[in-house]
Amino acid sequence: MEYIIIIISAIFVNNILLAQFLGVCPFIGVSSKVETSVGMAGAVTFVMVIATIVTYLLQKYVLIAFGIEFMQTITFILVIASLVQLVEIILKKVSPALYQALGIFLPLITTNCAVLGVAILAVQKDYSLLGSVVFAISNAIGFGLALVIFAGLREHLDMVNIPKGMKGVPIAFLVAGLLALAFMGFAGLV
Amino acid sequence: MSQWKNFSKGFFKENAVFVLFLGLCPTLGVTTSAINGLGMGLATTFVLTMSNLVVSLVKSQIPDKVRIPSFIVIIASFVTMVELLMQAYVPALFEQLGLFIPLIVVNCVVLGRAEAFASKNNVISSIIDGLGMGLGFAFALTILGGVREILGSGSIFGFKFIQGDGMLVFVLAPGAFIALGYLIVLVNKINKKTA
Repeated sequence: MEYIIIIISAIFVNNILLAQFLGVCPFIGVSSKVETSVGMAGAVTFVMVIATIVTYLLQKYVLIAFGIEFMQTITFILVIASLVQLVEIILKKVSPALYQALGIFLPLITTNCAVLGVAILAVQKDYSLLGSVVFAISNAIGFGLALVIFAGLREHLDMVNIPKGMKGVPIAFLVAGLLALAFMGFAGLV
Repeated sequence: MSQWKNFSKGFFKENAVFVLFLGLCPTLGVTTSAINGLGMGLATTFVLTMSNLVVSLVKSQIPDKVRIPSFIVIIASFVTMVELLMQAYVPALFEQLGLFIPLIVVNCVVLGRAEAFASKNNVISSIIDGLGMGLGFAFALTILGGVREILGSGSIFGFKFIQGDGMLVFVLAPGAFIALGYLIVLVNKINKKTA
């Protein structure tokens, strides 16, 4: 039951993009095509889950054990940066097809605040290891869901006649606002 | 480029938020009121100026291949300092900004300036660039926070000027996107006129 609440709350109610504003940069930057946004969502899921596991273990067995919790920010960002590199190298060897698909998105993920945000949130919320993994996966799904819906909307926006000054990013923000409004309908679900 | 131009470009011409669309997560996340926006903006300005200073000092010592990780470590150290300082001296604001303070590390504005400006220019220009971009960022956050506070709760910097509640949606998540969308249109218009 506890895990179901985590899942529903992370995907719909507290959607990481539309309610918590983490990962807005790729949301606005990458999401102009459905195809690329699916690739981005896949890469983020991959890194987010691994990063959350590693940072959870580090927090518990290194930072707290030695009483150096104030090093959290530095440690976590280093872990994420090196993880992204590592994932890139491993993927290149193990699954060239997947590497081709995710390729350009991987380096971008280091500065995606959603990854660091979820790692820190999972620690703050004091989940168990399994809870953290569930939390990371559902946040990644929520991120992917919002990204793909938004990309679909933006593909259609290209064909719509809108005022000149609103073209591009401004209209994207307005659409994102409406999407966030729609997701607010889920509030009260948990 | 004169130093004044170097400083002032961060406000309109190359404003991180309105023109370059960098650092959007804190921009949208913390600007429920003008004071929150200002606090976040100033914290980012400090990190940006200090990291620009250090990066421009050590730029010739860092091998090209590891420069991004090195920049991130420099930035993360200053973010940790800001975190501890804010926790000690402005605990109320620290609570309000919460998660977004450690997230200054992944603010693309900071890493972007380190990479694009401080790693190529001398110390003085880098400090001025950091100050200008940072204050421009703070300016954008304060404006957005102000607009959302006025429309959403009918107050500005905490001073209430209407009875009851405002349009609550502007304090909530959707209002952030909508307000920023319209502000970008406005800034584009101003930039076009002055150009």
